[in-house]
Amino acid sequence: MQAINTFSGKAIALPVKDIDTDQIIPARFLKTVDKQGLGKNLFNDWRYLEDGSPKPTFLLNQPRAEGAVILVAGDNFGCGSSREHAPWALMGFGFRAVISTSFADIFQINCLKNGLLPIIVDEATHVDLLASAGGDEPIELEVDLPNQAVRLPDGRTTSFPIDAFSKKCLLAGMDQLDYLLNQDAAVSMYEASHRDRVSTL
Amino acid sequence: MTQPRTLFEKIWDEHVVVHEAGSPAVLYIDLHLVHEVTSPQAFQGLRDKGLKVRRPDHTQATLDHSIPTTDRTLPIVDPFAARQVEQLRINCKEFGVPLEDLGSEGQGIVHVIGPELGLTQPGMTVVCGDSHTATHGAFGALAFGIGTTEVEHVLATQCLLQNKPQTCEVRFEGVLPKGVGAKDLILALIAKIGVGGGTGHVLEYAGEAIRSLSMEGRMTVCNMSIEGGARAGMIAPDDKTFEYLAGRPKAPHGQGWNDALARWRQLPTDEGAGYDKQVSIDASALEPMITYGTNPGMGVPISQPVPDPSTAANGESIRKALDYMALEPGKPLLGHPVDVVFIGSCTNSRISDLREAASLIKGRKISPHVRMLVVPGSEKTKRQAEAENLPEIFRSAGAEWREAGCSMCIAMNGDQLSPGQYCVSTSNRNFEGRQGKGGRTFLASPLTAAAAAVSGAITDARTLMQ
Ligand code: SF4
Repeated sequence: MQAINTFSGKAIALPVKDIDTDQIIPARFLKTVDKQGLGKNLFNDWRYLEDGSPKPTFLLNQPRAEGAVILVAGDNFGCGSSREHAPWALMGFGFRAVISTSFADIFQINCLKNGLLPIIVDEATHVDLLASAGGDEPIELEVDLPNQAVRLPDGRTTSFPIDAFSKKCLLAGMDQLDYLLNQDAAVSMYEASHRDRVSTL
Repeated sequence: MTQPRTLFEKIWDEHVVVHEAGSPAVLYIDLHLVHEVTSPQAFQGLRDKGLKVRRPDHTQATLDHSIPTTDRTLPIVDPFAARQVEQLRINCKEFGVPLEDLGSEGQGIVHVIGPELGLTQPGMTVVCGDSHTATHGAFGALAFGIGTTEVEHVLATQCLLQNKPQTCEVRFEGVLPKGVGAKDLILALIAKIGVGGGTGHVLEYAGEAIRSLSMEGRMTVCNMSIEGGARAGMIAPDDKTFEYLAGRPKAPHGQGWNDALARWRQLPTDEGAGYDKQVSIDASALEPMITYGTNPGMGVPISQPVPDPSTAANGESIRKALDYMALEPGKPLLGHPVDVVFIGSCTNSRISDLREAASLIKGRKISPHVRMLVVPGSEKTKRQAEAENLPEIFRSAGAEWREAGCSMCIAMNGDQLSPGQYCVSTSNRNFEGRQGKGGRTFLASPLTAAAAAVSGAITDARTLMQ
């Protein structure tokens, strides 16, 4: 996983609430055995017309989406299916962070494990961001993970929460699996001391 | 005296392997269910890192999502699905993971076969790369869905890094009226709390209406916890739970059974234990529920009209949903024409669901313009239904009786709606395109679905019941 520290880039807004992972990447694209190549099907059914050509009115097909790295989305982003193909598709398109007021639990965990930063902001900031990132002029945001802050176009900063462990892993580009593998002795001890229960299968 | 604890807390405490300051807890996983869609990248990860599956004896794989529900003796036509299916076979063989393959009695939707085989047991931690893993919580297990990276973690270490969620008690008080069932309970809850209402929480369902449900009904309720945003939902085990499990192939036997039973009886929430949140619903006042929109929280009692976005709190979302569904605000849902009826999915494809639908279909014909698919959740369920002659009831009414799998719940396998079609479905998601691009889904119970098939329109099943 690529380490994250600070980065800045273009933000665009998709002001829809409760966007589910079936919209982020429809199920028929899950018949893959890879993580790569999903970016082209990100928001597929909102993005393409019947004949497969891009729908001009959809955000990702507009010039302002070009090179965007931050997506500002409506409340409760990523609900529904646990498919990790959703963050893979977002990252495949080029996104490095998603901003909302809330994320669905599994989606948020999946993001953190892949280096896609889920940024939770308060409602007032969210309204501002949806408006400014949804305007005709592209906006730039600066994300500062060490300080858990986003610098807004007007110079203000807003802070965001992230659990200490995920933050440490993201900053170091560390795979969380390594931490678990290091607990091997403790797991063996646990298995031995809970043999009755652990062996019911 | 020890502090009173909830069912969730007891299971959580029992499974924490280590919890270092500044890190999430390392939680031991008792049962890991695996299917073809969310596992290939995880097995590849193991291969790339030279790792093994730590506990193949605590892992069970099956095929369900992308497989056809037509004749199993024919090869899979879709090359992508075929490759995925083949990849799971290769992975299971290479890593020593048991697989219930097509044709075996144990094959079926992961959340149907776990309980059927007796793999799912009270007090366990159960995970699967699938958000409906909460189904297994009906047995008093802590069961939740995980992503593919976490699938890899569990395969490699049998553990997960977890931050402790909060708890929420959901009480369904009172006696369910006739013709109102488990699906209506859970749809009513989601309509009340919304699709994000349970985020960050584990739900514990309690109350008279829950106690009176069969194990299959309890699974239906727990199954849709994720539709309310909760990763897990659970129900304290009782005699019904133990009766269901007794004698199942993977359940403990002999002295092991007695020992397990003694442990399981300790699991229910202690008197005086607290929850972070509580919700209560009067089950005796419920009607059959149906959704009108494009998320499972957009549900109403079946006699109610389509809501008006201009007066609703969530107006913008409802407007967008009604636009997709081509429904008019204020119009009744009853009588709205239906093109397809789907009975199946991990929510409602168990034998009691099929019996319920058959009881309404029996002696009737489905409407000539309706296509009805009945898809049992597992091979075992299918055989049971055959022993009870249910397929004959469905077929002679004009419905299709299929092989076991996820089918039109997720529409990955070719069983899908055409653009614009309306479907009354017993599955769990009505998202745009979920049952096929452009398809429109009304979520409801097996009884409501069967009633729609017979009359060709949304119907209150109680009007067709004696
Ligand atoms: S039946 Fe539907 S919801 Fe259940 S596991 Fe299969 S695809 Fe997922």
